[in-house]
Amino acid sequence: MFNNGYAVINTLFFETLIFLNFNHWEHNMSSAAELTSQEYITHHLTNLTVGEGFWTFNVDTLGWSVFLGLLFLTIFRSVAKKATTGVPGKLQCAVEMIVEFVDDSVKGTFHGKNDLIAPLALTVFVWILLMNMMDWVPVDILPWIISLVSGIEMSHIYMKPVPTTDPNLTFALAGGVFFLIIYYSIKVKGIGGFIKELTTQPFGHWSLYPVNFILEVVTLLARPLALSLRLFGNLYAGELIFLLIATLGLYQLPVHFIWAAFHLLVIPLQAFIFMMLTIVYLSLAHEDH
Amino acid sequence: MNINATLIGELFAFVVFVIFCMKFVWPPIMGAIEARQATIADGLAASDRAAKDLELAQEKATAQLKEAKAQAASIIDAAKKRESQIVEEAAGKAEAEKTKILAAGHAEIETERNQAKEELRQQVAVLALAGAEKILERSIDAAAHSDILDKLVAEL
Repeated sequence: MFNNGYAVINTLFFETLIFLNFNHWEHNMSSAAELTSQEYITHHLTNLTVGEGFWTFNVDTLGWSVFLGLLFLTIFRSVAKKATTGVPGKLQCAVEMIVEFVDDSVKGTFHGKNDLIAPLALTVFVWILLMNMMDWVPVDILPWIISLVSGIEMSHIYMKPVPTTDPNLTFALAGGVFFLIIYYSIKVKGIGGFIKELTTQPFGHWSLYPVNFILEVVTLLARPLALSLRLFGNLYAGELIFLLIATLGLYQLPVHFIWAAFHLLVIPLQAFIFMMLTIVYLSLAHEDH
Repeated sequence: MNINATLIGELFAFVVFVIFCMKFVWPPIMGAIEARQATIADGLAASDRAAKDLELAQEKATAQLKEAKAQAASIIDAAKKRESQIVEEAAGKAEAEKTKILAAGHAEIETERNQAKEELRQQVAVLALAGAEKILERSIDAAAHSDILDKLVAEL
């Protein structure tokens, strides 16, 4: 039973919960068939959905991402409303640190005048950071709580709480950025200028313009794709490893701790990379060759 | 990896969040930060100015102190000069007074001596007259012999 029993914890901090959960699992054993490791992992990587076909909504992704976005905006808005130019409070200091960090990153890369890029970078950074941080929530704790509250068996509960492990979200973010890249490219260079940029380089001769165009379009399309797949891949893999570790039984405790500690690096880094590349791509869109 | 309508929902949420952040979050926070930076910069500049002012004031004070010392020294010098001058003057005056007093004394002594001489001469003349009267045992007409007596007096 240690091999594939549900484990509540990701980290040592939830040590006590594991025993609660083992008991819970033992209760369920009599009624539900025991899940294999593969089934356990697949179960955990399945979204809670509403709807059919394309019109399926991943309720957990939408719910958690919107909740975390609102959390970010609520905290920052409350600071913004009370923002004092005098001696700031501790929360204001923390918020200002993040804002200045983002502002420095933007100013270091983007030299034009644009009121959108800095707030966009801030939103992207903090929102992705918060969503990535859901990776630290023990993989079984949410289903367990839901099961306690609703009385539904855990094997029937689907809850994927890390929105950045859902390609829908990462594609939506990258899509938004891609739209802005196109928008600013055309706005700054004009349609002619944008097409010229896509066709006249890297090769200068007119006969190679079609080749240029194909190369440049691929480069252009690779940007949002790389942006979204990088974030998705890193977080999905991280979550998958958490799930694999969760099937180790009691040995999972130190391993979870190490993996969670490793995510101290991964989580902010991925958020930062997404933000930085957004700024870089948009500043490239502003550059007139 | 199912791409479904969630993407549309997330895109919508993303746009709304970014717009909200752009309108209501970023400007006030950035404004507060920039205002504070300006205040701090002003404060630093003011303290720099104050430090410079202090330095200047110290320099001025040192210069004034030096000047005052020099003035004091020159005043003392002048006073010393004046003092010796006064002393010299006083000494000169005293010397002059001394000579004057001495001269006066000498003159007085001289007159008194002359007077005494004159008196003595008179008395000698009288004595001589008396002596001569005794010798001659007769009266001599003082008036008739006054020329002889005067000659005698002049010889004394």
